[in-house]
Amino acid sequence: MTGIEIITDKCVGCKLCVKACMFSAIDMKDKKAVINDNCTLCGACVSSCKFDAIQMEKEKARKSVDISEYKGVWVFAEQKHGVVSQVAFELLGEGRKLADTLSVPLSAVLIGNNVPKQAKKLIAYGADNVYYVEHQSVENYNDESYTDIFVQLIEEYKPEIVLIGATTYGRSLAPRVASRLNTGLTADCTGLEIDPEERLLLQTRPAFGGNLMATIICPNHRPQMSTVRPKVMKPLEPDYSRTGEIIQPGVIIPENLKVKVLDVVQTVCETVSLSEADIIVSGGRGLGEAKNYALVEELARVLGGAAGASRAIVDAGWVDYSHQVGQTGKTVGPKVYFACGISGAVQHLAGMSSSDIIIAINKNPDAPIFKIATYGIIGDVREILPELIKQFKDKLN
Amino acid sequence: MNIIVCVKQVPGTTDVKINKETNTIIRDEADIIINPFDEYAIEEGVRIKEKVGGSVTVISMGIPKTAELLREAIAVGVDDAVLLTDKAFAGSDTLATSYALSMGIKKIGGYDLIVCGKQATDGDTAQVGPSLAEKLGVPHTTNVRKIEEIKEGYIRCQRMTDDGFEVVEMPLPAVITVVKEINEPRLPSIKGKLKSKKYEVKIFNADDIGADKSLCGLNGSPTQVIKTFTPVHDINGEIIEGTAGEQAKNLADKLLAMQFVKCK
Ligand SMILES: Cc1cc2nc3c(=O)[nH]c(=O)nc-3n(C[C@H](O)[C@H](O)[C@H](O)COP(=O)(O)OP(=O)(O)OC[C@H]3O[C@@H](n4cnc5c(N)ncnc54)[C@H](O)[C@@H]3O)c2cc1C
Ligand SMILES: Nc1ncnc2c1ncn2[C@@H]1O[C@H](COP(=O)(O)O)[C@@H](O)[C@H]1O
Repeated sequence: MTGIEIITDKCVGCKLCVKACMFSAIDMKDKKAVINDNCTLCGACVSSCKFDAIQMEKEKARKSVDISEYKGVWVFAEQKHGVVSQVAFELLGEGRKLADTLSVPLSAVLIGNNVPKQAKKLIAYGADNVYYVEHQSVENYNDESYTDIFVQLIEEYKPEIVLIGATTYGRSLAPRVASRLNTGLTADCTGLEIDPEERLLLQTRPAFGGNLMATIICPNHRPQMSTVRPKVMKPLEPDYSRTGEIIQPGVIIPENLKVKVLDVVQTVCETVSLSEADIIVSGGRGLGEAKNYALVEELARVLGGAAGASRAIVDAGWVDYSHQVGQTGKTVGPKVYFACGISGAVQHLAGMSSSDIIIAINKNPDAPIFKIATYGIIGDVREILPELIKQFKDKLN
Repeated sequence: MNIIVCVKQVPGTTDVKINKETNTIIRDEADIIINPFDEYAIEEGVRIKEKVGGSVTVISMGIPKTAELLREAIAVGVDDAVLLTDKAFAGSDTLATSYALSMGIKKIGGYDLIVCGKQATDGDTAQVGPSLAEKLGVPHTTNVRKIEEIKEGYIRCQRMTDDGFEVVEMPLPAVITVVKEINEPRLPSIKGKLKSKKYEVKIFNADDIGADKSLCGLNGSPTQVIKTFTPVHDINGEIIEGTAGEQAKNLADKLLAMQFVKCK
């Protein structure tokens, strides 16, 4: 029987669980906790109870597949314009560790047209072999054809773990593939580990805009699939003397696709895209007026980074929505994040709080952004930014 | 054109405060709101209806209280609201959610376009849209920022990508997920508010939609949360003092010393 139960003998009526519940699903009756209809079985109350008075049970799951048939760690090598994305190399670095812990091979999956050099590069970065599907019709990403091919490969070779970069394409492909295979998928992971006893993948990810971390497993279904946030895992130093097999599997290339990509437009050409940048300089309403956003762009350019924005200035029309960082914009995790004239509202923090180093420039010392800043400068952004640009220009040349 | 919009209820704030002693979430106002991205999905559904005719139905899988929220959608021009609610749905991950929604949508039937938000602000997974499309066996496009053309059996839209956008066409029925840029949601009209007051949300349980309970809720969810914890932000924030010039120099030196910023 699935369900949640309060063990009344153990419940002391302390109400910790009531506070822990995000859904107001726990009432107090006669000084004992009672679960009501709002319950979503999220389990937050179970871990909140200091008296082991809440129990959650799940029916013994039927194993949907023979999980012992599944072996090996796979990384999807997303490529654009014939070049594999940085995140794929990061995943190979992480995948190498997972594969070594499990003593299984690490493979990369490369779908594209005429990119054999990229396959060799994947081996240099740690793959033992590469499944390379080459066809002119799959030169560019397409949800329909890529899903079809990926599912064929998984069904044929049965990997136990599949890692996909949490890029726009990755976060569209992965759920479609997982849904067709009826397996579990954990989104936007920031930590991966192997439970040595059970040989399970422990997938850790932020939820509630980074306010809560959750560790998730997929015990009875295969493969165990995750999308992984770019810029979190570390790539290995490439070793071009490494050897590995490039396998061209016999898959059926889907024809007569329903989904047609008519045009691909790159608007972020000179600068780096937000999701791939090591350094992001973001501006907010504290810039004062639209033209001052040029300062943010210039600092980003000098540092070889990308320019971001708070929602306030996107809504004000100072910059395009594609720059917005936060809950209703992009989630980023660069090495260095500059928040220039940004107050640090929770919705903004939701998109950038996992950055390694956060630099806040704000004239109000009580601005919430300072609470999460590694370095804070209290002052006027319109004065500080030109000075910073000057400093870096001098020092970087 | 019959449009279905998927709407999720999420906690009203992600500003979870943590009780340091017990490491649990403290929530003062436990109210729920419509997932912010779904507001754009609703607005887009209503705009399409206004342009080409047809009807808009919102569907949600959630706790009984969600019915109240769905009425807000009626107030901004949605025609019908369906709530899937059953103890059997509790504890659903994205796969089980997609399954339940697909069964609910099949029960409603006769749809041309399904609009989801890009992602929900509680789990931030962005998985339900594509997963639902798969369960329904229809094509999908994520992160839609503009619909260029929509007519009987056809949609052409712009999808935001990491470095720009692309133009995608699909036959209908299909699923799209939308980003904030697509529109500006309207406020409810007085007439809309009156209508929503009288409106009764259609409530279905698992049996009503013919759902296999072993594929629903906790039992139908391949993933399990085994641990939750609050991230430790070990920040000993340092305030850099001085004149603007000194502050800038000091910061630049620190970043260069840490090699985050490298000399060319
Ligand atoms: C559902 C929802 C979703 C949202 N999603 C997002 C999102 O994705 N991303 C996002 O960013 N926001 C989001 N928001 C909005 C968010 O709540 C804030 O309103 C927004 O982030 C504020 O932007 P800001 O910091 O630029 O502006 P403000 O809050 O106005 O802050 C400006 C800051 O600049 C400082 N300042 C002023 N002048 C100067 C100066 N000369 N020099 C230095 N500092 C100065 C001020 O002290 C202040 O701290 C969302 C809100 C909601 C309700
Ligand atoms: N329980 C639900 N009921 C209705 N729609 C949902 C539900 N969960 C997710 N969705 C839809 O799927 C989108 C993405 O949600 P998620 O995958 O949870 O981030 C949301 O914006 C909704 O449109």
